[in-house]
Amino acid sequence: MAEKPITGEKKAFMTGNEVVAWAALCAGVDIMYGYPITPQNEIMHYWTRLVPKHGRKFMQTEDEISAGFTTLGGVMAGKKAFTATAGPGNVLMQESMTMAEMMRIPSVVVVQQRGGPSTATVIYAQQEVTMTTLGGNGEGFRVVYSTANHQELFDYTIKSFNTAWKYRFPTFILGDGYQAKMRDSVVMYDPEERGIQMVPTEPFVGKPGCPGQDRAPTHLRNTYNIEEELEEVVLQYLADYKKMAPEIVEYETFATEEDCDILLVSHGIVSRAALAAVKTLREQGMKVGYFRPITLRPFPVKELQKEASKVGKILVAESALGQFNRLVKEALYGMDKAPQIVELFRPGVGITDEEIMKKTKEVL
Amino acid sequence: MSENLMSIQPSMPKCWNIATKPHKFCPGCGHGIVLKCLGEAIDELGIQERVVFGCDIGCSLLAWDFFACDTIQTHHGRTTPVMTGVKRAVPDRIVIAYMGDGGGYAIGSQHLFNSATRNEKITAILVNNTNYGMTGGQMAPTTLPGQKTETCPYGRDLENDGYPTKGPEAVAAITPEGAYIARGTVAKPRDLKKYIKKALETQLNGTGFSFVEALSGCPTNWRTNAADTWNMIEKKMTEFYEPKELKVPGKEG
Repeated sequence: MAEKPITGEKKAFMTGNEVVAWAALCAGVDIMYGYPITPQNEIMHYWTRLVPKHGRKFMQTEDEISAGFTTLGGVMAGKKAFTATAGPGNVLMQESMTMAEMMRIPSVVVVQQRGGPSTATVIYAQQEVTMTTLGGNGEGFRVVYSTANHQELFDYTIKSFNTAWKYRFPTFILGDGYQAKMRDSVVMYDPEERGIQMVPTEPFVGKPGCPGQDRAPTHLRNTYNIEEELEEVVLQYLADYKKMAPEIVEYETFATEEDCDILLVSHGIVSRAALAAVKTLREQGMKVGYFRPITLRPFPVKELQKEASKVGKILVAESALGQFNRLVKEALYGMDKAPQIVELFRPGVGITDEEIMKKTKEVL
Repeated sequence: MSENLMSIQPSMPKCWNIATKPHKFCPGCGHGIVLKCLGEAIDELGIQERVVFGCDIGCSLLAWDFFACDTIQTHHGRTTPVMTGVKRAVPDRIVIAYMGDGGGYAIGSQHLFNSATRNEKITAILVNNTNYGMTGGQMAPTTLPGQKTETCPYGRDLENDGYPTKGPEAVAAITPEGAYIARGTVAKPRDLKKYIKKALETQLNGTGFSFVEALSGCPTNWRTNAADTWNMIEKKMTEFYEPKELKVPGKEG
C-alpha cells in the first residue's frame, strides 16, 4: 500500500465535505464515482485534489443513476468505491441501491441532505430519512448512520466501509447541508493506528484463474423466475440483517439514568441542539433526558423502548415533517404503556436549542 | 435423422457455459447467433480469462449464465454504467455490456451516449430486434416506420411516435478517432463476428469506445414464420438500418 495519508493525529478546522474526502482517503478508498449536486460537491472537489498524490481515482458520470451503478461496478471489481449525493440525486440513486441490496454489494453512499420535495433548497434538511432508510422497491436491507458533527463524519465514513464489506449491505452516511458546508474542528487519524482493522475487499468478478477451467465462473443475477425462489433469497437476507442488527446498532443517551419526565429524541445535527437543551434544562432543575439513534437502519428499538418506558412524554424534534418520527413510532409500537409523543417538526429548517427548550417547557 | 446424428453435439465456443445449453431464448431468436459470434470472437482472441460480461434486463437478461465468463446481470438500461465502473476500477479486464435496443437507446441512452463521448474503453453490443421482446412486443426506439407493435397497433406513426433510432450512426458522430462502431446482422454471422472481434480488439488496444449493433429477429412478437422473419431481417430492416462499419481506428471516416 502507498504511503499513509495521515500519520499520528491531525487536528483540522474544515468543512464536513472536506472531512468526508479525507476520511475516504484514510479508509483506503480506491475510487469515487460522482455527479455534481449541492451540498455535496466539495466532497468531489477535495477528493479530486487529493487523489493524484495518493494514487486513487475519480470518475465524473453523466447523472446519479450512472454514479450509483458505476460505483457498484467498481465494488464488484473488488475495489473500495463510494459516491456522494443529495436530494434529487438521492432519488436517482435509489435504483442502484436496490440492486446493491439484492446482490449484497458493499457500496457506500454519503448523503448530504438538502430541502425537499423536488429541487427545493440546496441548504439543509432532514427530509431524506425515509428515502435513505427505506427507499427503492425492496425491504430496506441497508445500514444508515446519521452523523451529528465533523468528528462523526470522519469516524463513520471510515466505519461505513467496514460495515459494508463485513456484512455486505449497502451502507449510507446520512449527513446534511449544515454539516457539509460548515467549518468545524476534527481530529483525523489513520484507522489502523487506532486499532481499527480495515475489512479487506475482494472481487466479485475478475478473480484469478480462467473461469470454466481453473474455477467456476461467477454468475451474478438480480432476476428470479419463481415466487418461492425469490422469497427464499429475501428471507435469508432478512435473517442476515437481523443477525447483524444487534452487532451494529448505535445510539447515544444523556441524563436518562436520572429521574426523567420527558425524553428528547432526535437524530443528526438536530441532536446537538437537543443535547444542549437537555443540559440547560437540567441545570434549571427540569427532569429531561436525551436519546439519539446513530443508526437509523437498523434502529435501536430495544434501547429506545427501555428509555421510553421511564417517561410519560417524548419530544421528537426533526427538520422534516415526521419522517424520523415514523421510525420512532414504529420502534415504540408494542410497548405496554407507550409515552405520548410531542412533535417539533421544521421541514427543511434548522432547529435551535432555544426552540427545543421552549417546546419542552410548554409540554412539561 | 439417425440416432447417430442426433447424438452429435453441435460445436460451441469454448467460452460458452455448456451446463446452460440449450439456451433459453425463443426458437428463431437472434440472440443465440449474436452470442455465438461473441463467443467465437472471445475464443479467437484468447481473452476468456479477462472478460467480465454484463447483461441488461429484457431478453438479454437470459444471458446471465450463458458464458463461462464472470457475469453481472444489471438493471434495465444500466449495463453500460456498471461495466464502465468495472473497467475504471480494473482496466486490465475486458468488459462487455450486452443489451437490447430498449435498454441501449431508450432507458439507457444517456449512459450509452455519454460513455461514447467519454470514449470509455469498453465494448457495448446491442441487439436490435425492433421491439421490446421480454415485455411482450411493445414499440421500441428501433421499431420501423409503419411497423405494428402492441403499443402502436396501427403501425408506428412518425408524427406521433418519432423516428427510429439509428444508434451506430449517432454513436459514430460523437466518438473521436480510435473508436470502433459497426452494425452487423445475424443474417451475416461471419461479418458480425468480424465486427465484434474488431470491437474487442479496440478495447484490447485501448484506443477508444467500441460499439456493435446487431440486427436480429423476434418471430415470437413479430408473429412471423421463418420466411417472413428472414424477410424482415434481411430486407425491411436493412432498408432503414444499413449493416456496415461506421468507424474503424486508423481509418479516416
